[in-house]
Amino acid sequence: MKTSVLSSTVAGLMMAASFGAAPAFAEKTKFEFWYGLSGDLGERVQDMCKKFNESQSDFEIACTSQGDYATNLQNTIAAYRAKKQPAITQIYDVGTLDLMLSKAYVPARKLMEDNGYKIDWANYFPGIANYYATSTGEMNSFPFNSSTAMFYYNVDAFQKAGIDFKPDTWEQVEEAARKLKAAGYECPLGFNFDSWAIMEQFSAIHNQPIATKGNGYEGLDADIVVNKTKFVDHLKFFKRMADEKLFVVKTKQLGMDVVPAFTSQTCQMMSTSIADHGTVGKTLPEGVKWDVAMLPVWKGTERHNSLVGGASLWVMDGRPAAEYKGAAAFLNFIATPEMTEWWSTVTGYIPVTKTGFEAMKASGFYDKPMYKGRERAIESLSFTPPSENTRGIRLGGFTQVRKDTATALEAIFMQNADVQSELDKLAERSNANLRRFEKTYEGAKLN
Amino acid sequence: MDKRSVFKSVWLPILFAAPQMLLVFLFFYWPAVAVLRWAFTLEPPFGGNAEFVGFANFVEVLTNPLYWNSVMVSVIFALAGTLTTIFIGLVLALAADRQLPGSGLFRFLYILPYAIAGPAAGMAFRFILSPERGIAASLNAMWPDFWNPAKYGSHALIFVIIIFAWKWAGYTFIFLFAGLQSVPKALTEAAAMDGSGPIRRAIDIQVPLLAPTLFFLLVIMMTEGFVGADTFGIVHRTTNGGPNHATEVMVFGIVNEAFQGLNYSGAAAQSIILIGLIMVFTFIQFRFVERRVHYK
Repeated sequence: MKTSVLSSTVAGLMMAASFGAAPAFAEKTKFEFWYGLSGDLGERVQDMCKKFNESQSDFEIACTSQGDYATNLQNTIAAYRAKKQPAITQIYDVGTLDLMLSKAYVPARKLMEDNGYKIDWANYFPGIANYYATSTGEMNSFPFNSSTAMFYYNVDAFQKAGIDFKPDTWEQVEEAARKLKAAGYECPLGFNFDSWAIMEQFSAIHNQPIATKGNGYEGLDADIVVNKTKFVDHLKFFKRMADEKLFVVKTKQLGMDVVPAFTSQTCQMMSTSIADHGTVGKTLPEGVKWDVAMLPVWKGTERHNSLVGGASLWVMDGRPAAEYKGAAAFLNFIATPEMTEWWSTVTGYIPVTKTGFEAMKASGFYDKPMYKGRERAIESLSFTPPSENTRGIRLGGFTQVRKDTATALEAIFMQNADVQSELDKLAERSNANLRRFEKTYEGAKLN
Repeated sequence: MDKRSVFKSVWLPILFAAPQMLLVFLFFYWPAVAVLRWAFTLEPPFGGNAEFVGFANFVEVLTNPLYWNSVMVSVIFALAGTLTTIFIGLVLALAADRQLPGSGLFRFLYILPYAIAGPAAGMAFRFILSPERGIAASLNAMWPDFWNPAKYGSHALIFVIIIFAWKWAGYTFIFLFAGLQSVPKALTEAAAMDGSGPIRRAIDIQVPLLAPTLFFLLVIMMTEGFVGADTFGIVHRTTNGGPNHATEVMVFGIVNEAFQGLNYSGAAAQSIILIGLIMVFTFIQFRFVERRVHYK
């Protein structure tokens, strides 16, 4: 018995060895891509991976959803610490600084140069590129799914209430809200406590700083200053409107978030991402007229470009060289005009390159009724060349600032707390976090 | 002279214990040591040189009023959650133990919620008890703000405690029901013949005899309330710590600090303080409550 077990083991080993020694066909290089989208968007990413695998025979990408952005960042960190990181990972806008300081990545430009791809970096919209570039303009990661906040309104309701203008300024929004209310609409404008649309985008388009040092681009010693800018007055205006029940809080905790509130025609105006354009179009009953506009500004202010939201793709350090060839091929593949158009069509994210946008415009994409208005997101993002305050946000642990902002808004709108003192508290808490972040990376230089 | 059976060999028992010890070492001591190291340094998320900062992380945590708020919230949550859970479990167990028609079915139904994951329960209750939809909406229409966990901190805290109790009452029910089975029937029958009703019998006979089980559940449920995965899951899915920190239990604060703020060191310091607090609570329970428990 013993000998037979032994001999079969030996035979097995020999077989395995012979397979290893003489492969029947060239082995594909496999590499991993982790992302933070789920549901419908997650499946579109899977489609993209499939398209890449079918387009060539040298590489095989394995794409894994980690749930949401924050979880993906977390899992990437854990994997990196265990030296099991994926070749490519998707990191959301505000995680940019965490990656930049990590020294755990291969800069975008270096990767493409090393692998012989010529990329026209100036082809990216500056408003998008700057968010992911060093302060001197060198890009570290690849803009992937990009969006910006837009203003949605129900045209039918506007007509019924006798409103004959577009809501371009906040004065007009107030007037429209009053007319809608008078016409019997319970919720003229719905809003939630999302820092991105309410605070960050407002600050950018009004050219107000969120933090000193050019929102952190020039150093880790930046301070949050949203308690000293036009944002304070803006929030006081919101509070007044909320007290008059013209603006209505719509959160998950209350039972309905803003987008469902808009698509169920409970609320007639809202600010949310352009990425919701597809959902809104699909969910609103057929025949209901609605439109998107750039976010309103206060009368007499000069409009600036809005901030890009979404995520970019980072190539992680410490993988075998062959995987980088694959990663470069994949990143090159998804940047082709055909893939750009496909991705924007199926998701609602905006194209990130000028040629991609031009190609889509030329093909008549934006003339189709269901995609109409999406080009205004590009207009909003590239309204002016980025200024010191509209390049982006480069602050450590910014997710926590967003959470604290949401809490401050909760206190103001749900519990009647004072606007100024809540914002002061927010700045104080956030600055304590920023100082700790600065100390954690003591001696680290941006860029 | 006692007869004692003793393993002569030193290595055999160690060999038997080894797999368990290995698991304990790998999944408990090793992480605990890592947490200890992080708590005294400023750990960069992706690794690298962490600077030793002594007790700075602890000072930062302990001087933060929001941290003390989360300790208070946790204590209220654990105490109220534990007492409600045990009380409901006890009432249900006493009722099911009476062997009335349908007892078997109810026994099954009462255990059921325990099989549902905390976050899933939270998700369901978010709709059931939402102030603008669901059953509370009609009450709110009559009396504005009668129930609004998105507005009032107290409502939000009651909200998460309800979900916790709903889920864990099934767990306490199993133990108390099993405990009641071992209460000698002769005692309750004798009392019944002397004319005492079901409530009298429960208070005078059954509950005192259940003391060891009740004590066990007290310790387990308090720990569960403080650090259980459900505590985090429920809060995360419903109130997300709000409104304005009203339901920010300690575990939620730790996860938030570590995984949202990427402040591993601060979170590590909080974890160590939490472990200390649980030890204190368990000590108090054994020192003062267990004295009143008679096992025989």
